Formats: sequence, structure tokens, C-alpha cells
Amino acid sequence: MPTVVIPPLMRKFTGGEANITLPGATVREVIDNLESRHPGIKARLCEEDRLKPGIAIYINGLLSRGSLLERVDADAEIHFLPAIGGGVAEPSN
Amino acid sequence: MARKSHVQTTINGETVEFLCESRQSLLEVLRDELYLTGAKEGCNNGNCGACSVILDGRLVNSCLVLGVETEGKSVETIEGLADPDKLHPIQDAFLENAALQCGICTPGFIMSAKALLDSNPNPTEHEIRYWLAGNLCRCTGYDKIVKAVMDAAKETSA
Amino acid sequence: MTEKKEYKVIGTRPIRHDGVDKVTGRALYGADFQMTGLLHGRVLRSPHAHARIVSIDTSRAEAYPGVKGVATAQDLPDAEDRIADLGEGAVNLKYLCDNILASDKVLYQGHAVAAVAATSPHIAEEACTLIDVEYEVLPPVLEVRQAMEADAPLLHETLKTTSMGETADEPSNVASHIQHQLGDPEKGFAEADIVVERDFVTGTVHQGYIEPHNATAHFNQDGQLTIWCSTQGAFTVREQVAEILQYPISKIKVVPMEIGGGFGGKISVYIKPVAALLAKKTGKPVKVLMNRADVFEGTGPTPASYVRVKMGATKEGKITAAEAYLAFEGGAYPGAPVGPGAMCIFAPYNIENVVIDGYDVVVNKPKTAPYRAPGAPNAAFGSETVVDELAEKLGIDPLEFRLLNGAKEGDRRADGPVHPRIGCIETVETAKAHPHYTAPNGQKHHGRGVASGYWFNIGLESSVTINVNSDGTINLIEGSTDIGGTRSSIAMQAAEVLGIPAESVNPSVVDTNSVGYTAVTGGSRTTYATGYAAYEAAQDVKRKMIARAAKLWEVDEANVQFADGEFSCINGKEEQISFRDLCGRLGQTGGPVVGSGTVNPGGAGGAYATHIVDVAVDEETGKVEILRYTAVQDAGRAIHPSYVEGQIQGGAVQGIGWALNEEYIYNDEGTMTNASFLDYRMPTCLDLPMIDAVIVEVPNPGHPYGVRGVGEVPIVPPMAAIANAIYDAIGIRMTELPMSPDRLLKAMGKI
Repeated sequence: MPTVVIPPLMRKFTGGEANITLPGATVREVIDNLESRHPGIKARLCEEDRLKPGIAIYINGLLSRGSLLERVDADAEIHFLPAIGGGVAEPSN
Repeated sequence: MARKSHVQTTINGETVEFLCESRQSLLEVLRDELYLTGAKEGCNNGNCGACSVILDGRLVNSCLVLGVETEGKSVETIEGLADPDKLHPIQDAFLENAALQCGICTPGFIMSAKALLDSNPNPTEHEIRYWLAGNLCRCTGYDKIVKAVMDAAKETSA
Repeated sequence: MTEKKEYKVIGTRPIRHDGVDKVTGRALYGADFQMTGLLHGRVLRSPHAHARIVSIDTSRAEAYPGVKGVATAQDLPDAEDRIADLGEGAVNLKYLCDNILASDKVLYQGHAVAAVAATSPHIAEEACTLIDVEYEVLPPVLEVRQAMEADAPLLHETLKTTSMGETADEPSNVASHIQHQLGDPEKGFAEADIVVERDFVTGTVHQGYIEPHNATAHFNQDGQLTIWCSTQGAFTVREQVAEILQYPISKIKVVPMEIGGGFGGKISVYIKPVAALLAKKTGKPVKVLMNRADVFEGTGPTPASYVRVKMGATKEGKITAAEAYLAFEGGAYPGAPVGPGAMCIFAPYNIENVVIDGYDVVVNKPKTAPYRAPGAPNAAFGSETVVDELAEKLGIDPLEFRLLNGAKEGDRRADGPVHPRIGCIETVETAKAHPHYTAPNGQKHHGRGVASGYWFNIGLESSVTINVNSDGTINLIEGSTDIGGTRSSIAMQAAEVLGIPAESVNPSVVDTNSVGYTAVTGGSRTTYATGYAAYEAAQDVKRKMIARAAKLWEVDEANVQFADGEFSCINGKEEQISFRDLCGRLGQTGGPVVGSGTVNPGGAGGAYATHIVDVAVDEETGKVEILRYTAVQDAGRAIHPSYVEGQIQGGAVQGIGWALNEEYIYNDEGTMTNASFLDYRMPTCLDLPMIDAVIVEVPNPGHPYGVRGVGEVPIVPPMAAIANAIYDAIGIRMTELPMSPDRLLKAMGKI
């Protein structure tokens, strides 16, 4: 099952737990499963049907282009990090 | 609107006549009246050298010369440097040495280098750095520009 | 792909494709654009750092002979306070619009307030002085720590701190807080035999591109808007202008002219929407040019910052824990690159226990814009100085100390993700073996310093189309503006695939109507991602050409092989045809061949650099002279080594300027007092030695040729390397940038 690394500033939702392993074949499924286990966290990650603009997803160390539709492997490691545009550094507020 | 003056000058060996307001700089005249846009405006106050041209044999910032001051004088600009079928050795040296990145400062550097080599065909590295210190480049760190001028000096003085 | 491959085109040094245009003055930059009926625009800017706009009266300016139109924020569509997704990153639309033309408040000296279009630039400038603006002046806040204080003047009454999706209750100048944590920092520090903690301050610096911002806009009667401009990203201009003007992207065409430097500063739009507004109002094409003071006062500098770094290590030299506090100035609106700073700060090291806190803080200065590895140099100045001090106190050679702790493939970065194959160790080893590092350097007040740096690089979208010509050449169409030779580095990758010389490729950078979406030239992505798209487009051409050869020989496509520019038949038939000759037979085998490639790659592959610098400190004047400079960098694969060296040299020299001279100097009212190239002192060639650029190649597994972006990381190490060299020379740790003569004299107790 994929492992989600919870950002330090969101660990209050998980009782301080940093790494959560849970099922899901896409980013959306993983987030939905996370929400059912730790209610409230989804609202911090998503708005409407997309990731919040200030948040980026890394899957297995690679920056994913941020779509909730992105597929994840069974042993994937998923990070939610502050969004960074490289040369376009515009972390949103 | 300010009344314009008639000016006759020589640009790159050709006699040129133009009308300009007395407040217009030579840089404005070259770019806006004569469409010779090779000289660039980087600062408009003589600090960056992107507008360098040669006026009666002397290197000047064209942003600090008034258009009307060129009456009866001779101006050399980047557009007049190459032969129709052959680049000037300084231009070749800039290409061979990859001495440009964005290229905005390049015409100024080349005119500045030409003025140097016209007066000192065999400059040392320090003399080149001293002479070119009036031209700013933000891309290259100057390394390849200095090397290009050293190569061009070898070529032109050989 | 770790072993070295042999290439025919990659790694060679052809003359750049746009070279002749650029050495003859023929190349057309934004300001060179001419059109009949052109009007000239000029922007009026705020003299105050912080003020409420009470009223703006443009009537006297409008009545001035030669004036054709005046625009203010009133002419912008109502900017709802909402988030607009601009493709890359997110921007609050109200902030975006207010930075173009201030509506209710001015937030920095130089903030645009109104604009005039007139028949000449001089008339437009005169008319600006006839616009009457009444201000209610407010106290400014000009420094990040002051802005964070509870009683600091607020720039935005509605701005509240967000922390990974959570918003605070009370308004604040702190726009956001981020945090990364790895392991148990407390335990890590307890295990350390030695702990070093210092705080650092860096000044506001500007990208300093030589070409000021420019834009010419024209509205056709059918509503088609065309903008000719210098930009790092034509598509990004299209998106931003569409958002600001609330106008459909299909009615906007952006034509990228040649660009005279950007370094991140020509991504945000400033005068492009203004030119469009004036064009709409006047019905004429309008050209707006900035002057140098406008550029300093009105466009993105990179943030000043306050950085605190604490690191601990064992006597054996193993770093056990690291902690960083980064507070960056976003300028007038949120957007400081504290995220990248936090991501990069400890990335050259494998450290188990790390905590990093970052704050994006608004102050009354121009809104910051990206500048070459945005955020990373500020952070590395702190961390690489502390690393030097740890090594010194432990009696370990500073490069050896870096080897003991260096990040490798599989190690975890402080922000979480695991490093893929990286070349950190290789840059340190190469620097250690370089003759510079062992050359004698014993003179009084001479010192040597080293520092390393990291930049993660980005991928993003790129599109390339290749049209095959009948004479064996190809026309390569791309959307990445060429800021430093990328026409060639992209063309060479297509040439390599097709087995043709670099000179057989004609690359063109085209407008937004003429190529697929392509993200900005930034993030060190162009040779990587647009080069990747060119590779894919060339592969597409190759596949189609194989089909043509198969048709010609009446064999199955599987029986056609392509190598070294030759197609051959492998089913027994003795057929062979060169790429060039087959191009001459396209008409008879099915017509034109066009290849296309689009990418959005995730494997940009981070870049590392390690720099060595020798300095001499003049005890009398406090001036620091750079005696020798060596910059080692992992390029993955250097497509055109001359232009890779150029990026390394240019980045190092920008870092030298940042380290020694460059800063915005403000008076108490918040007015910048050095807004010219005379007083904002960038390095000239007389200030510098040759910069020895040493390329290390650890191929990036995320690119078919192993390319890593090279543009940004060279600006990361210089500040700390120079500070460490100054320490070696005079025994004083400099912790404030720039390390200008007055600061050195103070540090030495001379003034």
C-alpha cells in the first residue's frame, strides 16, 4: 500500500504520526482514504476537486504535476509539500 | 512640440541627414529616427555601455551625446562593422568564444573592443579589462568576452 | 545510464544559430520593435513607500498636447479577491492587478499608479508630471523582522498567515509559514560533540538584466490583442494578461522578441497589461519602455532575508542535526521564495535529524520576483558558513567534511523526498583534486574559502515541432525564449537523434499562436525540458522516415534500421539511404514529414556545485578582491559545453556581486537611494579574474541524454565561499550581505 508522509504542520490530524500507509490507486483515492481515517485533513490539501494551489505532490521523489488523477504504485511514497515553481517561485498564500 | 533641427552627419561611411529635437540623444536618433537599433539602451545615463558607438574615432555612450552634436561628424555603429560577406574579426571572435548569452550588451562590447584595438592592437588582459569596465554584462561573468577580445587582438595584429 | 556514451553532436561547440544576428546588431529585442502609428507609454510611479490613494486626477495630463490616453486601476476589470491559477503557481488576482496599477494603496516607492500614451516618449513623461495624485502617507515597514512584529504597520488588512492550508485568525504581514522535519532534531543535537549556531542577514538585490522591461501592444478592430515583448515565457504572459484584463487567451497573441537577460525577473508581467490598456483606450499600438530607475524601483528584486542556522556534529565529523529559521521578504505582496530556500538549504548533506521553518513576509518594497535559484543563495549563505565553522572547529578539511556528510542517491532530503542519482560528492571530489585547492595561498590577508550548493531544477511543459526540408535540414519550432544559447542546445539534441550536424537545424522561437504550450525559460528547465521535447519530436520524425524508407524499399518497417544518419534494410536487401537523400524523396513517398514532441517531465534531476575562491582583503579600505575563482558543477550531460561554462561563470559572478557590493539602500521613508547602475554596483570585468568553470557529468536518469539544468545552481555557493575566504584571510566571520568595504571595516574595528 502507498505511504503518505504527513507534513509536520498537518500532523495534528494524525496524532503526530508522520508516515501513514493506506490503500489507494490514485492520489484522489489515497486522500479520500486519509480523510476517512483522519477527518479534516482533506480540506487542508484540496479545494473543490483539486489540490490547493499552495500544495505540491511528490510521488517517489518526483514532482507530480499535481493532478488528483495521478496513479500511484502499490509501494509509492507520497509527499505533500509547499508548492514551488522553480524559476517561478510563487508559493501561494 | 519642440521644433526639430536638421542635422547632416556621416554614419558608417554614408552621409545621413535627419531631423531631431534638440533634447534627443544620439541613441534616440539612431534607434527611433534612423532605425539603427543595434545600439541598445540599458540605463540611459552612461553606466552600462550598451549604447557604445564611435564618434570621430572616440568611444562614446550615445545616450550621453545629443543628436544635434553630431553635425558634420562621423559615427561608427555596430551595423557598419561587418563587410557584406564577412564578419569583422571581433565579431568572429565573439562567436567562436561563445562570448554572448542574451546578446543585449554585445553590440556595445564589440564597438568598445574595436575602439580599444584601433588604439592599442596588442592589449594585455588587464588593459582589456580596464578598457571594457564601462560595459556591463550580466550573463557571462566576462570571462569569454575578455578571451574573445584577446583572440581578436591576435587576429587583427597578426 | 551511468556510463559515458559517445555522441556525434552532443558535447561539441558549434557556433550558436542566432549568433550572427546578435554580433551584427540585427537581432530584434523588445524595445527595437517598430510599427506605423506607434504611440509611446510612460508609467507614473509612487514617491511613497506606503500610502493610501485618496484621489487621482488625470484631467491636466489628458489635456496636454500629444497625449492620446491615460489609464489607472479604474480601467482594469474588477479584480475579485480570488485565486487565479496561472498554470504555474498560484497568484491572488487582486494582488496581481494591484501590482500592475495600484487601486487603493501604494505599497512601495515605485509602485505604478497611472500611465500615459502620447505621440512621443518625452511628451508621455511630461504628461505624467501633470497627473495629480493625493496620498495619505502611512508609516512603512522595510525589514522582515520588524514586519513580523505584532505592532508592525500592516500592508494588507486582509492578509492572514497560512500554514499548509490552515489560515490564522488575525491579520499579519506573515503570509505563510512552512515547515519541514526529519527525524528527531533534539536527539540529534544531544548526540553532537559540537554545535554551531549563527544568524545571518542578506540585503535586497536585483537580477540586474541589462535590458529594461518593454512591451508593445495593439488591439485590432476584431478584438485580437497582440503583444510584442521581451519575456522569459510568452505563454505565461498570455495567461497573466488574460487574467488581469479578464480577456480570453484565444484573443491574445504574444510575440516573444529577443530577450536581454531575465534571470527570473522577466516572468512576472508589469507593463504588458498597461500597454494593452493604453492600446485599447487609444486604438493605436502603444510601446511602453521602462528606464533603469523603473526597473530597480518597480520590478522584482530578490528578497532580503534573516536566516538562523544551527548545526551539530560529532568529533569524527558526522553531522547529527540541523535546524534553520528562514524569514524572507516577499516585498509588497506574498511570494518570497522561502519554499525553495527551505528545500535547498541542507540538500548537499545527508542529515538524519532536521527541522526547517520558513516565513514569507510582506514589506514595503517591490514585490520580489524569482532570481536565479530563488531563495537558495540566501539559505546557503547561512548553512555553508556554519558548515565551514564546524569543519574548522573539528580540525577537518572543509571539503573532506563535505565528503564525510555528502548527499548521495537514496539519501533523504530534509523536505522528505529521496534523492535520485545526484552528483554532489563528485563536485566535491573534483574540487578537492583541482590544482586551485592545493595551490599556495599563504600571503597576509589572503584567504581561501569553499562552499557547495544545490538547486532542484524543474521540468514543466514544452512543445517542439520539426518540419523536414527536402535538402536534409530541419526547421525546429519551439516556444522557449532563448536567453543564453538554448536555440543551439535544443537543436543539438534533435540533430543527435537524426544523425545530422547541428548546422542542419534551423531553430525558431515563435509566438503563442504557432507552437504548443511551453512554460517559461526558468528553473533551469529549457535545455532539459524543451531539449527533451526536441528529442521526442526528432524521434517522431525518425519513425516517420523509417516508414518512408520501408515504402521506398517495399519492406516492412521492422526491417528498416536507422543509425548514424543512415537508413538501412536488414532483411537481406542491400538497401541504404542517408537521412539527407531520403529527405529529397519525401514527395514521392507520401508528402511532407512533420514531427512533434510534447513533454512534462518530472525527473529534472537536481544540480550541485562546489566553488573555491581566493580573496585578498585590503586592511585599509575594507575592499575584498577576488584573486582566483574555480566553480565545479554537475551538468549531467553538457550539450554545448561553452554555454554550460557560460552559465557557471555568469552565475558565479552574479554571486560575487551579491556577496561584495549589491544591495538596495533605503532611507527611513522607504525611498531607494541607489536606483542606478552607478550606485547599485554590479561587477565589471575589471573587478574579476577569469572564472575557471569545471564541468562534472553525472548523467540525469530523467533525461534521454542525461541533461541536468545548469543555469541556477552556480549562484548558490559564492556568498558563503567568499565569506569563508574572508574568514581565512582575517579571522572574522562575516554574517551580513553584502560584505562591502564599510561592513568589513566595521567588522575589523576600523570604523
